[in-house]
Amino acid sequence: MRNLWSIAKKELGLYFRSPVGYVVFFIFLLIWGFFFISAIRWFNDYSLQAAQNPYYAQQLNINQMVLAPTFQNITIFFLLLLPALTMRLFAEEKKLGTDELLYTSPLSVAQIVGGKYLASLIMLLVMLALSAVSCLFTFLYGNPEIAPLLLGYLGLFLMGAAFMAVGLFFSSLTESQVVAVIVPMGLNLMLYILSWAASSASGLRKDVLDYLSFLQHFDGLTRGILDTKDIVYFLSFCFFWLFLTHSVIQSRRWR
Amino acid sequence: MIEVQDLTKKYGELTAVRNLSFKVEQGKIWGLLGPNAAGKTTTMRILTGYLPATEGKASVAGFDVFEQPNEVKKAIGYLPEVVPLYPEMTVAGFLGFVAEIKQIPAAKRKAAIDRVLKSATLEDVKGRLIKNISRGYKQRVGIAQAMIHDPQVLILDEPTIGLDPAQIKEIRELIRSLRGEHTIMLSTHILPEVTQVCDGAVIINEGRLMASGSLGELTATLQARDKKGGVVLRVRRDAAEAVGLFRQIPGVESAVAEADEVRLEWSRDRDLRDEVARLAVDQRLGLLEMRPAALNMEELYMKIVSGGLGQ
Repeated sequence: MRNLWSIAKKELGLYFRSPVGYVVFFIFLLIWGFFFISAIRWFNDYSLQAAQNPYYAQQLNINQMVLAPTFQNITIFFLLLLPALTMRLFAEEKKLGTDELLYTSPLSVAQIVGGKYLASLIMLLVMLALSAVSCLFTFLYGNPEIAPLLLGYLGLFLMGAAFMAVGLFFSSLTESQVVAVIVPMGLNLMLYILSWAASSASGLRKDVLDYLSFLQHFDGLTRGILDTKDIVYFLSFCFFWLFLTHSVIQSRRWR
Repeated sequence: MIEVQDLTKKYGELTAVRNLSFKVEQGKIWGLLGPNAAGKTTTMRILTGYLPATEGKASVAGFDVFEQPNEVKKAIGYLPEVVPLYPEMTVAGFLGFVAEIKQIPAAKRKAAIDRVLKSATLEDVKGRLIKNISRGYKQRVGIAQAMIHDPQVLILDEPTIGLDPAQIKEIRELIRSLRGEHTIMLSTHILPEVTQVCDGAVIINEGRLMASGSLGELTATLQARDKKGGVVLRVRRDAAEAVGLFRQIPGVESAVAEADEVRLEWSRDRDLRDEVARLAVDQRLGLLEMRPAALNMEELYMKIVSGGLGQ
């Protein structure tokens, strides 16, 4: 555990010794703010209309009209952004030759993979924590429910963790950070939009596509529904890619 | 301290190391000498647990490299060919990270960092970013990280490559100063590095062991293996002129003039010294000196590299 933390600490330090950490935080908060303000403005207009129409007024719900759309929109941006946090984790070690230092130190492969993944998860948590400031404003001027908000954040975290597990795997395959960022973007997007294909399919095919699609599992959480199926989906997805990463690093010993 | 037995490493079709066996005693500095692509880096990577071997056994500090890799990793300090440095870290920060992953207890880390900063004379640059320090300093940071957990064995892959002569001298002095406390194996493709720094060497070429032993033993065994005998002569007459005459002696395989000396070579299974002397006297060359032409270490090494000296 101590070794795992040593690796994680080093990775966190490196995020902020290069511009990567700052740029990712800045761009994320900028885009988050844009989505959030757009949702608020739309909600504002809707509220004005609702003032004249009691039927509309019943439907006003800040969770469903501001927070859920913001969460859903930001996941699209996560697709593009999060691979930038994982791309260097292994690719750069290989390029610098520092992998030789790690693999000749008394560390297990699981500690190395785990430490690196933990660092990227902490970055994600900090990003989400920073974004939560905007949610606090909804409490000042409205009365949103806390449970769907927390579940929405849980969904964002799980989805981000899934994107980064894919990103970590491709970083372990290549020396090129460009490859390590582009391939996970494409793959994550494919998995994301599987639900579009599911909408035109039927029967078993639809069920399988639906189950594999990120969005399907994410939607429930933003609506405040905690289903273990969704949690299991994300956790097993992350575990699968981490296991593959572990195997890639370990395979150095089989060659 | 280091023991390698019948080590073989294949990369697909390519065999990088073949049946390599050697031993390094405790407290000695041993060179792993060979031309580029001889298998030096591969051998070191296997010893440090970075690569598995295809066949054979290796042990370091009494631990089997393949069975107890973690024990071996704790006992070894390793400077890879490409010095593993994070350009964005400071020198002290980097050493701190290495101290952690080498599992030095938190309470002892600071002392360990101070110790290697001092012995690698890095105190002046400890707060600077690694990307901003010179090549020589980077190399020393590499050696410092290898020593930080005070390992019994140091494995240094080409520690002086790419440095200027003054830096090479400094690094060699640093390595020599570690003799006794650590068992050191360093790889190099230049012979003077071995003769100046090491107590002995393992010479490999194309993945095969050519010779191993202390410096004295090496010269003797290699000379004994040299298939050529010969003499070096000094005569009063012009050396170039004398060469033509010596060539006529049956059995002389080569005769060359080197400055004012004549070097003659023949197959080791015969002795032509009598004939040579007789000719020198008969032709009134004015014989001043005749001595056996034993090759020195440098020449022997060149012969190995060019494939002229068998096992």
